[in-house]
Amino acid sequence: MCCLTESVKVTTDIDSLRSEIRDNSVRVIDVRREGDYKQDHIPNSVNLPLATLLSDDSPERVLKLVNSLGIDDETPVVVYDDTFGALASRVAWTLEWIGHSDVTLLETTYGNWKSLGLETDSLTPEISNKEHSMNLQSNILATSEYLESVKSRDDVILIDNRERLNYLEQHIPGAVSLPYRTLASSDGILRSKEDMKRLFDNRDISGDSEIITYCGSVGTLSGLAYYALKSAGLSNTKLYVRSFKEWKNLEKPTDKQQDANYWDLSAE
Amino acid sequence: MSISKLTPSSVDSAKPKINWARIDEADNFANTVKLYRQGKYDEDSFRRFRLQHGAYGTRMTSDYAMVRVKLPAGEIYPKQFETLSRLSEQYSIGSAHFSTRENIQLHWVILEDVSEIFRSLAEVGLTSREACGNSVRNVMCSPLSGVCSDEKFDSTPYALATAKFFLRNPMAQSLPRKFKFNFTCCEKHGMVRMVDVGLIPEIQQINGSKQKGFKIFLGGGLGNRSFVGHQLEDFTPEEDLLYTSIAVMRIFDRLGDRKNLARNRMRYLVNDMGWEKFQNLVLKERAIVRATQSVVTKLKVDTTPDKITRPLKISDEGGSSVPDGYARWLKSNTIKQKQSDYRSVFITLEAGDITSNQLNSMAALIREFSSEGKARSGFVQNVALRYVHEDDLVKLYSRLLETGLAKSGGLTMTAPVGCSGTTSCNLALTNSHRLAKEIQRKFLELKLDEDDDLADSSIKISGCPNSCAQHGIATIGFFGGGGRLGKDMYPNYQMSLGGRFDADTTLGQTCLRVPAKRVIPVILKIIELFKANKQSDDTLKSWIHRIVNDSEDSDIKSIGDIKKVLEPLVAPPTKEDDPDFYLDYGSDTSYHTKTGKGECAA
Ligand code: HEM
Ligand code: SF4
Repeated sequence: MCCLTESVKVTTDIDSLRSEIRDNSVRVIDVRREGDYKQDHIPNSVNLPLATLLSDDSPERVLKLVNSLGIDDETPVVVYDDTFGALASRVAWTLEWIGHSDVTLLETTYGNWKSLGLETDSLTPEISNKEHSMNLQSNILATSEYLESVKSRDDVILIDNRERLNYLEQHIPGAVSLPYRTLASSDGILRSKEDMKRLFDNRDISGDSEIITYCGSVGTLSGLAYYALKSAGLSNTKLYVRSFKEWKNLEKPTDKQQDANYWDLSAE
Repeated sequence: MSISKLTPSSVDSAKPKINWARIDEADNFANTVKLYRQGKYDEDSFRRFRLQHGAYGTRMTSDYAMVRVKLPAGEIYPKQFETLSRLSEQYSIGSAHFSTRENIQLHWVILEDVSEIFRSLAEVGLTSREACGNSVRNVMCSPLSGVCSDEKFDSTPYALATAKFFLRNPMAQSLPRKFKFNFTCCEKHGMVRMVDVGLIPEIQQINGSKQKGFKIFLGGGLGNRSFVGHQLEDFTPEEDLLYTSIAVMRIFDRLGDRKNLARNRMRYLVNDMGWEKFQNLVLKERAIVRATQSVVTKLKVDTTPDKITRPLKISDEGGSSVPDGYARWLKSNTIKQKQSDYRSVFITLEAGDITSNQLNSMAALIREFSSEGKARSGFVQNVALRYVHEDDLVKLYSRLLETGLAKSGGLTMTAPVGCSGTTSCNLALTNSHRLAKEIQRKFLELKLDEDDDLADSSIKISGCPNSCAQHGIATIGFFGGGGRLGKDMYPNYQMSLGGRFDADTTLGQTCLRVPAKRVIPVILKIIELFKANKQSDDTLKSWIHRIVNDSEDSDIKSIGDIKKVLEPLVAPPTKEDDPDFYLDYGSDTSYHTKTGKGECAA
């Protein structure tokens, strides 16, 4: 493989999106709840609430949803949310997984979009169905069996994106902690590429390794981390999409930071 | 269009006067950590380097650090609060911690991320450089300096200038041990006798003109053995402030014990040598310093007064309704300033802990309510919002209620100090941190903050004999250890009574050992004894003071008498009868003492 550290475009900036919307050359997906979407949204965007997707995220079902949103193999897709990019990431990742390559995240949240006074709309666009092919990208998905199979490999880095205290209390053995808050900048869902690279470089998280991200339940926070890694050129990355919730349900082994009462330092 | 250009940036009325940071230290730290991880840096030199940069080790692990950010003279500005808020979420546990020495600490930080914190701190002019290690630690100043009605003048500019002078100064990079300066406003509000160099501002008439200067106290300090500082001379004029500081540090540097780490603070040197001899040495050394350095070396004291502007009209929506608890809070958390119409408001935390949301709120509250546009951290793990106009207090209180920062009792015994203990410290034997929180919750529930008799007392709890919570100078002080019944261990505290840190600074006297789960009932029992035996104008503090000085003639005459009453309360039950007794606060596994390598002497 030649291009492990070549950065991939994972976000679309505000200006570009606005002109793509004007040119009608993009499909914008709003992943917020239906009620929020109905109230207002980015003009011409379609609604795919994360919950709708998660109710059945088998490849066949996802393909149907994608078709119904008028997306074919060539359609550029931009996804946004109002939860610091985490829900949008989970949806974008799912599109990638079934084989859609041109999908990016809006660089900011809907809340910020609005507070910048940018255009919004409450109309739901008319969409005609399209035919997307199925080209499953299993290499970006990690399962619990897969995690078990690589646990002794030292060229695999497992990253836990939950908050630090949750990590200290319990995590998958061998995982390192990178709370999702670390990934954002003060005004964007992801920090600048240089910042992100420096952070990973300090941690010795590099393109020489395969990287797997996970979080608490459905792969949202870790979905954001998946894109953060990609933006820094670390494309050999998988998402453990069922994450820690499944791991615990399966009663797999966990590790804990012992002999310290860190919870009592929290003012929550 | 970039987002940041569009985001409205808030305009602050006050900006930091001094930039404490150096951005290149972030890169340097990152690189050194890499070399260390690659085994190219030995353990000892790396530890020295890490501590010099303000990163402490963490309990039972070498993966994490605690970053201690200095707030020289306690000053902190809105933008700095916002940065700390973000950093606490990104690299720490979503909370930060105000310490007893005007530092703010981020715990459980991954060592490899520390340099990222430095980078962000540098953007707002803050540093953790020399917050640990054998250097001049954060220079403290009373949170009331500049507003205290008993002060001779505001010592804040002198504290800042002293901090600036010694930070990164070659003469202060490898002292025998840490070295601390405390400036204060007046006798009552400072802690000048429990520190290497303590300073009280003083004015003298010299040849008919008023001359600013200080009363300087040397060689005090708390620890495994504690000592009270000695006053150097009647009056030290301000020109001599720097020469005196340099002289003292040179002597310490030359003669301090570099071998025996357990007794190398300057107080041991003073004690071993005897005060008079030490005093003479300082005066002689100062003459030399004065003669040799007078031309080049000067403190840059910036005494331009701060701009005091009441923030733009605070809206009075919500009418004039006064929330419940306001009077209680006003009395126990605010102090009238010497400037008429203004108060300083003390915000009480639980053992110094503050969430990232609250840190953000602090920035907003300063902008909305403080006429000086900044805040000051205090001595008891708290933070003060000063120059709040009397007319804005009700509104401020409502805002504090919304953010969970409105706890009352801030200036009373109900706000105990608790060191980190087993939450993060390698040397801890007990969870002193959580115990402090438990006491505060219980005492506020009992409304003890409303009891005037208890207001001037203090409770301080350390998790081991090292005194980080300054238990030795508390009215009721505790330090942690293990107790044992048969083969079963339980968390235990040594209790001392009658310590104080005012003009009559003394260390408390040992009373008895109190199991962790009996600390609250024992304190309540002491209060009960006091109520039964007090004279009409007594406070708990004055009553205990008489007892430790053998001048009390009620039924309770001595520490021994108190001990006798308390003994039945502290007898350990068997594990079968009371399993909870054997668990420390915050822990559901059986108690055992476990410690790692301490770094206090590093
Ligand atoms: C033998 C070892 C130690 C000794 C003798 C010692 C002594 C002290 C003393 C006397 C203070 C009181 C502050 C003052 O000077 O007024 C203090 C403060 C403090 N110490 Fe320690 N300490 C030791 C180790 C540690 C360790 C291992 C930790 C945990 C990381 C720690 C954390 C603190 C904290 C958080 C403070 C609060 C004040 C600040 O911001 O500096 N100490 N220490
Ligand atoms: S007093 Fe002991 S337990 Fe508490 S912080 Fe200091 S060294 Fe740690």
